[in-house]
This record gives sequence, structure tokens and C-alpha cells, in this order.
Amino acid sequence: MTNELLLMNGYGIYVWTAFAFTLLSFASLYIVTKIQYTKEKNKFIAKFGTLNSERAASAKSQSINREILSNTSSI
Amino acid sequence: MFKFFEPNKIFSITSRAPRYVLFLFVIILSIGLMEALVLSPEDYKQSHSVRIMYVHVPAAWISLGIFSMITFLSSIGYIFKIRNFFLISKSLAPSGLVFNIIALVTGSIWGKPTWGTWWAWDARITSMLILVLFYIMYLVSWRIYENDDKAFKITSIITILGIVNVPIIKYSVDWWNTLHQPASINILSESSIHSSMLFPLLIMTAAFALFSLLIFLMKYNTELIKIKNKGLDRL
Repeated sequence: MTNELLLMNGYGIYVWTAFAFTLLSFASLYIVTKIQYTKEKNKFIAKFGTLNSERAASAKSQSINREILSNTSSI
Repeated sequence: MFKFFEPNKIFSITSRAPRYVLFLFVIILSIGLMEALVLSPEDYKQSHSVRIMYVHVPAAWISLGIFSMITFLSSIGYIFKIRNFFLISKSLAPSGLVFNIIALVTGSIWGKPTWGTWWAWDARITSMLILVLFYIMYLVSWRIYENDDKAFKITSIITILGIVNVPIIKYSVDWWNTLHQPASINILSESSIHSSMLFPLLIMTAAFALFSLLIFLMKYNTELIKIKNKGLDRL
């Protein structure tokens, strides 16, 4: 059963390579996108930390900024 | 109506959605892989190599769908000056490119056991390769042009030129003699694919669509944070 699933009448090498390539592409794209997201978010948090209280209050008045600063946007 | 699409209003949704989409994607993909690799029958002619269809076809469909969507959004965005439509288009493009590459590579892998060759300069395959070039030009343009207005204009032109290629891809198998087989699934007429193969194909398509939605949401959120970073610099 396992052998049959792996070999697939001699087509296993093609089938498994195609599926592996697809899943690997998915994983790579996900990781790259996740890294970019985390980098931008950290940059935002770092910049926010350097603002004085008046500017920070002004920035915090925007709901989108509060959302970014909260942990809800991480997956 | 377009106010609904304002980033400030939808960020609370787009920032929370990825975790649910990821969860759903993993479930649907697991079912799809089980169906595609184990439960679906082998083809009487192509034997088990037909299983490559379950990754090749959804990837091709989604890459074409995403490019069409990008063109539509860029055109509407350019005409009505809706900046957010460009942001959506830009966020959709990376997954469209990856799906296009998956379609080409898996098609090439499928070609070896069925046609006896990895590659042929066949109308369908060549037109899909041209689509990859349009995706690359589109994404590179966003990197090259820092001026937003110029980037909007150039990317819109690229998508409009590229969309001409989409019907060529679709009908290439009917217009020319190609190695590639004609479509087995037709919306308007009867499909020639058996339900035992159609079901896994649809499940895998749903999984791939969810993955592109996941990447789109993550990319869109990244772009919004980038804009907000620029906003903090100006404070």
C-alpha cells in the first residue's frame, strides 16, 4: 500500500516532485511575506517609541495606528 | 460606495482575518491532498501522472484570475483615482506570480511522462511564460518608481497590455495545434471530466484560492503599515 502510494506505477517521482514544488513554493511565499510584515510592524513600533507624548497622542488618535500597535494584527 | 474600501476602516478586519484564513486553508488543503493523492482514481491513459492536474490546473486558473483582477482594479483605480485599488492590486500580484510559476513548473513535470519532453514552445505554454514576464514587469515597476502617480500609470499600462494575453492563453488550445490538451472543464457546455476527478480538483482550487487570500491579506497589511510608517516620519 505504502509502496504503491510512493511509486504510483513509476509516475511517483513526477507526482511527488510536482506536489513538493507546490508546497515548497507556498511555504517560501508565506515565510517571505511574514518576514516583510514583521519587519514593517517592528519598524512602526520602534518609530512610535521615539515620538514625544504630544505626537504619540496625535498618532494614537487614528484607529489604524492603535490596531497596528495592538497584538491583534499578528498571525 | 468606495469609502467602504478606505484602509483605515478595513484594517481592523484585514489584520484579524489572516489567522482564520490560515486555519481554513490548512483544513481544506489537507482534505484536497488526501483526495488528490490517495482517494481519486488514476486515469486509464495517463495512469497516476494525472494527479499532477490537481496542482497544475488550480495554479493556472488562479494566476489568470489574479491577473484579470489586477487589470480591472488598476484600470478602475486609474480612472476614478482610487489609491486603495492600486494597493489591493499590488498585494495580489506576488501570489499571482507564484501560482503562474507553479503552473509552468508542474506543467513541465507533467509534460515529461505524457509528451516525452520537459518543454515545448507550444502556444499555451509560451503564452503562460509571457504572463510570468508581465507579472515580473508589474512587480518590478512598483520597485523602480517611487513616485506614486508614475507607478500607478506604468503598472496600469502593463496590466492593460498583459490582459491581451489572457484570452490568448485561454483559447490557444482551440486556435492552434498544440501539445497541450483542450479544456476538460467548461462553464457553458458539458465538462468531459468525471466527478471523481472534478471533486478533488475543486477542493484543491478552493485551497489555492484561500492561500492567495492569505498572502493578499498579509501583503495588504504590510503595505498599509508601510504607509503609516511614512506618516509617522511626517509627524
